[in-house]
Amino acid sequence: MRQHRITAAVLSAICMGLGQLYNRQWIKGVILLIVGVFSLYYFINNLGDAIWGMVTLGEQGSHLEKVNGLTQMVAGDHSINLLIEGLITLIMFALFLIGYYANIKNAYNAGKLREKGVTPNNFRQTLYYIFEWKFAQSFLTLPAIGILFFTVMPIIFMVLLAFTNYSAPNNLPPANLVDWVGFKTFTNLVALKSWSHTFFGVLTWTIIWAVLATVTTYFGGVLVALLIQQKGIRFKGVWRVILIIPYAIPQLISLLVMRNMFNGQFGPINQYLRYFGLEGLPWLTDPVWAKVTVIVVNMWVGIPVSMLLVMSVLTTIPKDLYEAADVDGATGFQKFKIITLPMILFSTAPVLITQFAGNINNFNLIFLLTNGNPVVGDYQYAGATDLLVTWLYKLTLDQQRYSMASAIGIIIFMIIATFSIYNYRRTRSFKEEDMIQ
Amino acid sequence: MGIKMRNAIRLTASYITLVIIAIGCIYPALWIVLASFRPGKSLYSKSLIPESFTLSHYKELFMSQSFLFGTWYMNTLKIAVFSMIIGTILVLLTSYAVSRFRFKGRQNALSVILVLGMFPGFMSMIALYILLNSLDLLNTHAAMIIVYAAGAPLGGTLIMKGFLDTIPRSLDEAAKIDGATNFQIFRKIILPLSKPMITYMGLTLFVGPWVDFIFARLVLRTKENWTLAVGLWDLVNSTQDSNFTLFAAASVLIALPITLLFVFLQRLLVDGMTAGASKG
Repeated sequence: MRQHRITAAVLSAICMGLGQLYNRQWIKGVILLIVGVFSLYYFINNLGDAIWGMVTLGEQGSHLEKVNGLTQMVAGDHSINLLIEGLITLIMFALFLIGYYANIKNAYNAGKLREKGVTPNNFRQTLYYIFEWKFAQSFLTLPAIGILFFTVMPIIFMVLLAFTNYSAPNNLPPANLVDWVGFKTFTNLVALKSWSHTFFGVLTWTIIWAVLATVTTYFGGVLVALLIQQKGIRFKGVWRVILIIPYAIPQLISLLVMRNMFNGQFGPINQYLRYFGLEGLPWLTDPVWAKVTVIVVNMWVGIPVSMLLVMSVLTTIPKDLYEAADVDGATGFQKFKIITLPMILFSTAPVLITQFAGNINNFNLIFLLTNGNPVVGDYQYAGATDLLVTWLYKLTLDQQRYSMASAIGIIIFMIIATFSIYNYRRTRSFKEEDMIQ
Repeated sequence: MGIKMRNAIRLTASYITLVIIAIGCIYPALWIVLASFRPGKSLYSKSLIPESFTLSHYKELFMSQSFLFGTWYMNTLKIAVFSMIIGTILVLLTSYAVSRFRFKGRQNALSVILVLGMFPGFMSMIALYILLNSLDLLNTHAAMIIVYAAGAPLGGTLIMKGFLDTIPRSLDEAAKIDGATNFQIFRKIILPLSKPMITYMGLTLFVGPWVDFIFARLVLRTKENWTLAVGLWDLVNSTQDSNFTLFAAASVLIALPITLLFVFLQRLLVDGMTAGASKG
């Protein structure tokens, strides 16, 4: 008996597609052969450079050199470009290896079929097989590639940055090179007084903010929803539409408008206060008042969402629960405490946690409303209302302290990921999804 | 008598509270709309309702040399519509696959989608910038569409999947027995049944590009390629002439389409928000 499977697998291991040709899968074999030859050619030319670039991050920055007797600026290695190009090449190489492995396995299986006397699938049958039995995987390929290159690659890049010294003022390509420094950025963040002071200050405010923002909008939403859904309130639909307006206006607009409304000198709010004979308040310029302002404005933005959610839950609470409570002589408050509130909390708990995680990263609100200001003197590039994310933004795009920003980004990410994964793993859509139907 | 009295007091108090909240909700919107019709440039105004009305700020938006509002509107519309279409298709593909098929690594794929969606977006901007630069896509609208659409499955898949999970699988199985292919099931059963959710997804994917100014500002380098959000941001931050009423007019025009869509589609929004996190 001929050992088709071994021969096919070995041929495929030598070059992609050869095994398929041996198995007389002509079209598939030729396609794979072309892909294989081109990929090999590409990787032979580039893989070495990529690894060299990733490891050394370049050996010489741009420098002055004598060309034909004239001193000229000569472009050197650009560490960051080297890092990213290396990364992309490595990702492609990983994909190539996976494809190569699949190709060997495929040739092996087809060989096995031949030993049993079965003709392997022809090209049409292969396509049919892919679309009927590997449907999910083939459907997912396109989105997966998009995510791989536009999300995963940038994230890996960012994580790598945290272990380099890519930062203003001394390590910015193309003038200078960047080097790997290991965990030094992280130790600096905790050990250097100026950084750790800012970090823990901003972190504390971020957590206070996230808790307050979530609680105020959530219970505000419950309150408003209950107000509207009360027995005897008329025009429920009209109230609903009015109260939904803050949610319907894009935050970009509403927050910039709010910034002007709370303007200390000319804003209408202080104008009204002065009209009633009061002093205008430093809404956005005093550290404490600025914190109050962001919480209040966040209530304006966030309550409508909670209200909509709670209203949809209220309609699902069975009426007979209330009737039973009435028979037992429960007061309105008791009914709220024993029936309404637990029902609302139970159904919206996952949303509550999602909102909490979202508030930790609530970039828009802080950035558009206060831009993190007022500035705090002994902070490193941060202000009194800066959250970790907005501080990150300033460090990256304004100050070019990339490595520090990356380290902080990793920390934020770990905080949020813990919450969200814990939350998600508890929901039914993850746990018992096959039982729903 | 006592109960009636108490009821009346309760209702009156509720109405008063509701009116106060309603004023709070409407006031900023009303203020900015009225300010956009106010003559002059300044933020300060003696009263809420201006003494005279003018359309000159709206005219200035479209006539002025430094403000290419018409071009920006078309740019934004183009980017938003294309990323909405491509993004929605990608979200549908991924969520259909993870909702209806069981394959190796599926639960992990779901967790990965969840986790990746939580990375602070602009942290990846440096990498994206260099990547787009090496693809020669900087300062193009194609780059914006690609990046927005490629990111869509991260935000939308879990919500969409939550919704698709509620469509009984017996429907698919019946169709399968009748000889339908997977693609036919997707087109004839899943698509029609998930129309409300697709609308919701489309809306959120449309709004994202419409208001994004961070990434757009980084990629779009020349003024005639800008989007509305970038233009507005520039108007706010160019300090040499603070022109509040012009800002007001621009804000009204940018917010109007989105606000109308939201108000008309509010039912869908609630369904969309709850679908992702239904505890049943």
